[in-house]
Amino acid sequence: MPRIPLTWLAEHVTLREGAGAESVAADLVSVGLEEEAIHGAQVTGPLVVGRVLALEKEPQKNGKTINWCRVDVGPEHNEDADDPKDPQPGPEQPSRGIVCGAHNFEVGDLVVVSLPGTVLPGDFAIAARKTYGHTSDGMICSGEELGLGADPEGEDGIIVLGRGLGAGLTGEPGDDAIALLGLGDETVEINVTPDRGYCFSMRGVAREYSHATGGAFVDPVTTVDAPEGTRGGVPVQLRDDAPLRGGEGCTRFVTLEVRGTDATAPTPRWMSRRLTQAGMRPISLIVDVTNYVMLDLGQPLHAYDAEKVVAPIIVRRARAGEKLTTLDDVERTLDAEDLLITDCGGPEGDRVLGLAGVMGGAETEVTDATRNVILEAATFQQITVARTARRHRLPSEASKRFERGVDPHLPLVAAQRAAELIVQYGGGEIDHRVTDEGTITEPSAIDFPIADAERVVGVAYTPEQVRSSLEMIGCTVEEAGAPAGGSGDMLRVTPPSWRPDLVVREDLVEEIARLVGYEQIPSVLPTAPGGRGLTRSQRGRRNAGRALAEAGLTEVASYPFIGEGVFDQLRYDAEDERRRAVRLLNPLADDEPLMRTALLQTLLPVARRNLGRGEESVAIFQVGSVSLSRGEAGVSPVPSAAQRPSDEELAAVQDALPAQTRRLAVVIGGASGPGSWMGDAPAWGWADAIDLAHRVAASVGAHLEVRQAEHAPFHPGRTAELTVQGADGEQAVVGHAGELHPAVIKAYSLPARSSALELDLEAVIAAAPAVVEAVPVPTFPPAKEDFAFVVDQDVPASAVEAAIVVGIGDLAESVRLFDVYTGDQIGEGKKSLAFAVRLRSEDGTLTGEQIGAARERCIRAVEDAVGGVLRA
Amino acid sequence: MDSGARARRGRSRARRTKAIPVSETSPASEAPVIDEATIGAAVDAALAAVAAARSTAELKQVRIDHTGDSSVLATANRSIKDLPKDQKAAAGKLVGQGKGRVQKAIGQRQGELAAAEEEAALAAETVDVTLPVDRRPRGATHPLTTLTDRISDVFVGMGWEVAEGPEIEAEWFNFDALNFDVDHPARQMQDTFYVAGPDGGEGSGQILRTHTSPVQARSLLERGVPLYIVCPGEVFRTDELDATHTPVFHQVEGLAIDKDLTMAHLVGTLDALARELFGGEPITRLRPSFFPFTEPSAEMDFRCFSCEARHGLDHDADPACRVCGGTGWIEMGGCGMVNPAVLRACGVDPEEYQGFAFGLGIERILMLRNGVEDMRDMVEGDVRFSQHYGTEI
Repeated sequence: MPRIPLTWLAEHVTLREGAGAESVAADLVSVGLEEEAIHGAQVTGPLVVGRVLALEKEPQKNGKTINWCRVDVGPEHNEDADDPKDPQPGPEQPSRGIVCGAHNFEVGDLVVVSLPGTVLPGDFAIAARKTYGHTSDGMICSGEELGLGADPEGEDGIIVLGRGLGAGLTGEPGDDAIALLGLGDETVEINVTPDRGYCFSMRGVAREYSHATGGAFVDPVTTVDAPEGTRGGVPVQLRDDAPLRGGEGCTRFVTLEVRGTDATAPTPRWMSRRLTQAGMRPISLIVDVTNYVMLDLGQPLHAYDAEKVVAPIIVRRARAGEKLTTLDDVERTLDAEDLLITDCGGPEGDRVLGLAGVMGGAETEVTDATRNVILEAATFQQITVARTARRHRLPSEASKRFERGVDPHLPLVAAQRAAELIVQYGGGEIDHRVTDEGTITEPSAIDFPIADAERVVGVAYTPEQVRSSLEMIGCTVEEAGAPAGGSGDMLRVTPPSWRPDLVVREDLVEEIARLVGYEQIPSVLPTAPGGRGLTRSQRGRRNAGRALAEAGLTEVASYPFIGEGVFDQLRYDAEDERRRAVRLLNPLADDEPLMRTALLQTLLPVARRNLGRGEESVAIFQVGSVSLSRGEAGVSPVPSAAQRPSDEELAAVQDALPAQTRRLAVVIGGASGPGSWMGDAPAWGWADAIDLAHRVAASVGAHLEVRQAEHAPFHPGRTAELTVQGADGEQAVVGHAGELHPAVIKAYSLPARSSALELDLEAVIAAAPAVVEAVPVPTFPPAKEDFAFVVDQDVPASAVEAAIVVGIGDLAESVRLFDVYTGDQIGEGKKSLAFAVRLRSEDGTLTGEQIGAARERCIRAVEDAVGGVLRA
Repeated sequence: MDSGARARRGRSRARRTKAIPVSETSPASEAPVIDEATIGAAVDAALAAVAAARSTAELKQVRIDHTGDSSVLATANRSIKDLPKDQKAAAGKLVGQGKGRVQKAIGQRQGELAAAEEEAALAAETVDVTLPVDRRPRGATHPLTTLTDRISDVFVGMGWEVAEGPEIEAEWFNFDALNFDVDHPARQMQDTFYVAGPDGGEGSGQILRTHTSPVQARSLLERGVPLYIVCPGEVFRTDELDATHTPVFHQVEGLAIDKDLTMAHLVGTLDALARELFGGEPITRLRPSFFPFTEPSAEMDFRCFSCEARHGLDHDADPACRVCGGTGWIEMGGCGMVNPAVLRACGVDPEEYQGFAFGLGIERILMLRNGVEDMRDMVEGDVRFSQHYGTEI
């Protein structure tokens, strides 16, 4: 994101008195340019100009020769007298003694001295120190030590004012060298939202700063005299035979030629410093100038070596399979949507010079030998550049600006400014012939009711505030009278050329709101018309989570991403529908490209992680989404959003989405509590898993039926299939609970007999009755009767219980199995189930006859239903 | 039955087997002489025995010995009827008063001894209440769940409703309906997980939702206007997991569409939320920003609730503040007035209805509000993280 050196900003707008980076950042934030970072001054403290008054060369034992110098660092910093134990060379006078190992200076030179207290780049703090037998009271600095780089002429180490890095500089001892060398510049890095392309320039940011502070702004465009030159520059043809989304790829193409310049001339120091501060690397005069003008005005420029270009230049779309080696030395295969700059320099004529608005090609780039330069400044379509930059993963400084929109009035001005700078620092002259192909598309006017800002923002803006805000950002504002059939005044607002984002009224409202200030907006709590509270499903989910938490389980999170191996690990059949997972095109991890189809797929690894971190048992649950792919049908169309799509279109979008539901899963294993003085807690097991399922169902007002079943990843003999009664009266499977398969327990390193539960929570909640009907609470005394039935081993307890309930009928208040017995007394293949039954009538105390009759009905019913025999 | 009860039963058995001391006053077999000396001596002996009784059992024996059938007083009482008529009244008074004194003393002593015995019995049942009593660990809900519910409740309390939508979402709902043009740079701002098409390549038209805003579009289409909803839920971006980023995180978005809603109502709603979440008198700030689905758009900041800055704009933030980083402000998320293009795409007439939307990251609120330092703790499923909170945050 753009870096704004304060000194550069100050060239276009008057900064607040004494404004530092923080103050500038705060002002920019207030108009919507967020602060990303502040890059502080590179050097702080007493860095001053010093004059070498005397020096003594002292050879050292290590073979080096050092200079023991007397340096005048100005009256404010000089010591009045020498240290008698360590006198400085030459006649005594106010000065400081400094040891220096470099030799490219002599007595009388002005140098840069960092006195004790100075902090140099890299957090290098300077202090007085003993060295080579003297106390060095500061340091004479080189360019590298100050972060300025090596002397461009490659001669000097120490900076000497008047030459090399100090070229053109002079001063008096004691002068502040930070300002002199430009080392105090602070830089504010800002974040520019996609609608504000013009803020990718000092011009744009300076304008915004002036909006924030009222500081005087001078548009740098107005300081350039655009060439009135004659036509007849390099011939250019705009030939877009495949406009994107109805728009030409290039609407304006300007070239300007500088002839006879010296491409090897150095870039002026101020320019390379500004480029560095703005985050770009200085390269050569011509490239630096094009970058500088781009940073300053916002118009990307490209420079060609004129002698390598074979006219005419043709701007066209690429042909499939065409290739180009870009400036970064990568050969790229082009796409038919890419817009190209081409010329006729190829072996068969046609040659690609660059990807329009993104990056140039290597063949025609400027080199040290370049004498004549063609500067290109064009207006490219935002979409074209954005797609090309994305397609080739080439986010360049140019593409960043073009894809956000560049002021179409800039090309000629920017080219002229760049040409002038090249001539100023590299010599040569500007060719008076200019090429300016294409046209400028002016922004459309917006009819704007003057009351609209108040309507949207809720602040009573005065007409004056509305008009002046719009004019401040560069809009042309005309009175348009009252609208037909409407009331209030209308304005006709034409946005400035650099604001392609201003299209509808609300865009203008935002400008008014932010310029007058968002802090003006009052705080008013709206009154909603009264809602219906949480839905059944939302309440149910909260209840279910709370029920499990109260049962001692802990809710955890897991990511929904899974690998393909999970299905086999969980022992799914080849045809198991849970293998139909949604696949991601760009997963975070290549080995987890799928979305879970069951919650246990991601909850089991969480159980393993907790055990791996030292937990000795596990009791966790999660409520989360799972999905099943629709396969071939899984393609959602993307209708136009210009208006509401038809119901059919919306249904097509919706129906292609994967089937998604919210499920609840539990993993329990190991001791259900800590070892205690009251005895050890029993281990979690299959029965707990089923009990938790019932608790969840009860918490949402539903009831589950349990059936024996086999279902991965559970133990084949210890799996409960859980069903609810659907609206059609049929039982529908909503999940499973029981012990996990031993192989799964091993694979996830879980405690033996670990158990689990997975439920389609939405289906369970949906099965709950809308209203829970009351039951009577009779106060007559109950009768307690026990029964033990001998049945075949494979008769489920639930079937016996059901028969008891049916047999006894309404008198059965509760039926509870309290013992299961197998053994010699009842024979092989049989089991005895003992039930405690409470009988109670709503009508009166039960008589002995009534109780006896109920017993009889019970015994008969069990015999009829499951062949059970009352145990004697 | 608890161990205290068992112990009590054992002790009472032991007491029954203990020898009961025999009273020193031997029962009178013959009718005593009813005079002051005799009766006085019997009463004195009885009172002495009562005073000497050390348990309710001993006292019972005292009662038998001194007021029982064969005691001096009882015998004397029975013999009154045989006395000459003129002596009956005096003798009756003498014996009656003596008996009364003894019975009163026994009653009083009975109360004292019973209280002392109960006290001793309870003292013997003392347990160590500092023993660990947790047989099953306490469970917990995930703090993100709890916080999400709490935020939802703030809005439900204001009459809003909670709306939800699918996590694997159509591009149309996630982007197009929200005014993200196919080529808009904003569409690249978010790092989106794309769903592979049937051939494994591009073109499914589906993504993992990058925000909960598609629920806004769905609700507008399904429920129409006026509409006041919050949409909490999981969202996805292709960020690698680190201390401050996670590819799966939670957002809560709000949307209010009605006649005459303005940015002032947006500010009022955010103030109300800040008050509920962080307490105190909230200070919120909007900064101009950009989102395709709102115009005007803003970033919302809450004044730091942790350091000096909470006292107002005229108080400087603590430069070392963990919560605001010394800026005095906490960035909460984006907001703005719903772009008319969004309303049109959802079949709402923007000439008649307008409204606002905002979005907050729930992980971020949890980090700031409760001091969670590492986002990884929230997503890795470590039970210790959730257990710390229980079911409240």
